[in-house]
Amino acid sequence: MGLSGLSRSWRPRPIKATASGMSRRRGFWQRVHLDPWLLGMLLVLMAAGLVVMYSASGQRIDTVISQGIRFGVALGVMISIAQLAPATLMRWALPAYLLGVAMLIAVELVGDMGMGAQRWLAIPGVIRFQPSELMKLAMPMMVAAFLSRRELPPGIRNLTVCAAIIGVPVVLIAKQPDLGTSLLVSVSAILVVLLAGLSWRIIGLLVVLAASALPLLWMNMHDYQRKRVLTFLDPNSDPLGAGWNIIQSTTAIGSGGVLGKGWLEGTQSQLEFLPERHTDFIVAVLGEEFGLVGMLAFLLLYLLIVCRGLWLAAQAQETFGRLLAGSIILTFFIYVFVNVGMVSGILPVVGVPLPLVSFGGTSSVTLMAGFGILMAIHAHRRLLPR
Amino acid sequence: MRKSRHNLKSPEQELRIFRVRALLALLLVLLLTGLLVGRLVYLQVAQHEVYTTRSENNRVRVEPLSPTRGLIYDRNGVLLAENRPTYNLTLVRERVEDLEATLDRLVAILELPEEEAEAFRVRSRQRKRPFQPALLMSDLDEGQIARLAVNRHLLPGVEVEAQLLRYYPDAEIMAHALGYVGRINAEELERLDAGRYAGTHFIGKTGVERFYEAALHGEAGLRKVETNARGRVLRELERTDPVPGKDLILTLDKSLQQLAFDLLDGRRGAIVAIEPATGGILAMVSTPGYDTNQFVTGIDVASYRGLQEDNDLPLYNRAIRGHYPPGSTIKPFMAMAGLTEGVITPGKTIHDPGYYQLPNDDRRYRNWLRWGHGRVDLERSLAVSNNTYYYTLAHDLGIDRIHSNMTDFGFGTQVAHDVFGESRALMPSREWKRERYNQPWYPGETLSVGIGQGYWQITPLQLATATAVLANRGDWVKPRLAQRLGDEPVPLSLPDTPEDIDPGNEGWWDSVFAGMEKVISGHEGTARRTGVGLEYRMGGKSGTAQVFSLGQDEKYNADELAERLRDHALFMAFAPLEAPQIAVAVIVENAGGGSSHAAHLARAMTDAWLLEDEKPDA
Repeated sequence: MGLSGLSRSWRPRPIKATASGMSRRRGFWQRVHLDPWLLGMLLVLMAAGLVVMYSASGQRIDTVISQGIRFGVALGVMISIAQLAPATLMRWALPAYLLGVAMLIAVELVGDMGMGAQRWLAIPGVIRFQPSELMKLAMPMMVAAFLSRRELPPGIRNLTVCAAIIGVPVVLIAKQPDLGTSLLVSVSAILVVLLAGLSWRIIGLLVVLAASALPLLWMNMHDYQRKRVLTFLDPNSDPLGAGWNIIQSTTAIGSGGVLGKGWLEGTQSQLEFLPERHTDFIVAVLGEEFGLVGMLAFLLLYLLIVCRGLWLAAQAQETFGRLLAGSIILTFFIYVFVNVGMVSGILPVVGVPLPLVSFGGTSSVTLMAGFGILMAIHAHRRLLPR
Repeated sequence: MRKSRHNLKSPEQELRIFRVRALLALLLVLLLTGLLVGRLVYLQVAQHEVYTTRSENNRVRVEPLSPTRGLIYDRNGVLLAENRPTYNLTLVRERVEDLEATLDRLVAILELPEEEAEAFRVRSRQRKRPFQPALLMSDLDEGQIARLAVNRHLLPGVEVEAQLLRYYPDAEIMAHALGYVGRINAEELERLDAGRYAGTHFIGKTGVERFYEAALHGEAGLRKVETNARGRVLRELERTDPVPGKDLILTLDKSLQQLAFDLLDGRRGAIVAIEPATGGILAMVSTPGYDTNQFVTGIDVASYRGLQEDNDLPLYNRAIRGHYPPGSTIKPFMAMAGLTEGVITPGKTIHDPGYYQLPNDDRRYRNWLRWGHGRVDLERSLAVSNNTYYYTLAHDLGIDRIHSNMTDFGFGTQVAHDVFGESRALMPSREWKRERYNQPWYPGETLSVGIGQGYWQITPLQLATATAVLANRGDWVKPRLAQRLGDEPVPLSLPDTPEDIDPGNEGWWDSVFAGMEKVISGHEGTARRTGVGLEYRMGGKSGTAQVFSLGQDEKYNADELAERLRDHALFMAFAPLEAPQIAVAVIVENAGGGSSHAAHLARAMTDAWLLEDEKPDA
């Protein structure tokens, strides 16, 4: 129907100019549909992440190997997705989105409980899967696919449709309850809308609305969520309970100083004072053992990745690819910001891992799939005549 | 329609919008990154010192190491108090999530009675420094340890801790002399040096365990350990070993102590024996005794009530706290006072008609022999225990001089160096009576004091001490229980030792000794039956103390009442006469006359000490 008809016009035309040696060299990356700069920086980040992981896991090499395998899988996923044409992605947007929503409803009905929240969908003995992870990509894809076919900047009617597209899964995720993920998922979709050129008047209006909705949000929060917020405002109010994490992680980072205590020498990390030190709080290990210098190096690397990502997005020729790529790379930054902000005590504790450094298979795969999409969009540009 | 909308799409405009927005986003990204960098600089540069200190405190914990308590030996090296390895149940409140549930579970696991459960609660609530274990129960048996081990996962914060526990092999006979250690209570916790006692659960409660607490306890050590967040020790960073408490070598002779205990044969009474030359207390027994070991592990409520409500007051240390009228046992001291003050001479006699009358007073103060002893000199006055002689002497001395001379012998004062809880008893004086009753002193009261009755009260320890000073011919050596503390001998001369007594004529000692010898060996001596077959020369004096009234809160049945109204039997003695090696005081409550019910106990003690084949440890 309409979708297939639309995509036809995006199918890349055969590339003709491949004669010179220069273009053959360039052509390698073009052929494998990868961006060498982005790939290189991601590999550096993963390698550095594994070094930190060895320390954070309590010097367990099997954890590092396991994380390395996950990275391998994630790289495979990225390379595979990079081979897809943006048009294919656009075709998949609706089915992926619907599948995601269906699975979220399934989680609501039959999901496993894990850490006090219902987030997992399991086929026993085969796989345990968090549908919200799928939504992290399906959501911006869906919104981008929808908006790219409409007049931009979007009008009120289309915005209402967007709101519905965003609202359903976000509410479902929030009900699990997983406030952090639901916020991040909605942010990734909202970013698409913002990049599409949402008018400043409406942005202002939404900000006011959001601010006035805060009390409503507070009233609908679970106790543990409220506690997190309160603890964030004053960690010492519950130093051995909820505030413990923040106190210990800021202590770890602060005691690291400029140069850090040295790899494997962080007392906070190695003596298990840090909770979740190899997952969400791994930045504290980094800060304690490698100091301000190490932290700045990581932040710089993240910043370069974000810049490269934005550059790639801006180079995309089709609106769908541009919006999606922009949203993916900015969401990536938001992960970094929220994670570092939470561990260093300027944001409340929400379960957000540090991208490609924290231990975790699903999140790495999702992130690398996002970079795969980014590269697919970039590599499948049509060569327009200048 | 769809087509027309598409016609409205303008790729250039969309690209332009996107690039503007992307640029804005990049600026925001830079801004937020700057925020993070700012925060990191604040934490890692500005506040670095603060967090370094906090991190250091985090990982390092100082743990006290409790010293091993010094052992206690008798003079021959017989072990009187040892340390036995035991297992204790402790609880760290900070690590327990639900205290009530944990305690209930413990009580169920250990199968304890209801009362013990209550005691658990009290002990667990005892104020402690944070993360210091509270002692719930001592001396767990193997079954209990096993059951606790099986249920360990249900009991976070509860530990079975190996500890050395005090044990008294001869608890009952040593009870009053040694005292015992017990759990540190809230009040003690208040005054103790928290650092020294941080790892210690027990403290000396009475006796030498209490008096020498500081030396026996030793110096606590400490170790700095690196811990993880759950408080588990990962490694030791620094260690100061504890200094074990000093061993205490007592002057007591365990065999003599045992003999004294056996001699009293379960009656209420006390025997104190002192080596005059050294002041060393050879035996100090108060009966009935009790098993001090139950106090170490924590006595159960019922047993404690039993001990407290026992009419024989086993917890009461008669040897140092029992107040008894001395009766005639003080006549040798009175004689020395008379000689010293020049009121009598050894040869001066009185005529005893069987009573004494004060001038201008009809009242007759009776001799115990109704018809009187006739002519009585100093030696005879002691041998027959004539009252009239001492009424006269007391009247001639007057209460002031009696008080001063008797105080010189230690009456009415704390005599010993290291006996915890010693009573001064009472040496009456004009001042005392005015203060106590707001009344003047009456001459008749002086007469009562002259024969060791009236207000005068002594402790067995005081009587033994005065006897030792007498045997020493007036030289004071403070009685003591400790001979050596570790390698340090307790010096012979101690501060606060009373001045030696100088009667002005050395021969007067001999006169009094001669009279005392006649008590035992003379043909009319009151304790002559005790002197039969004596293999050395011995001086002594019997005493019979009248029991005037019973304590108000003591309840007895009729048979008991009759028994409790009987006189107390007293005897003091020393031997051998020419070079005294032992001075003894014996008191048997409600036994009757001292010469027939206490003298033979004193003889058994001196025999045991002086005769090779009678040596208790032979």
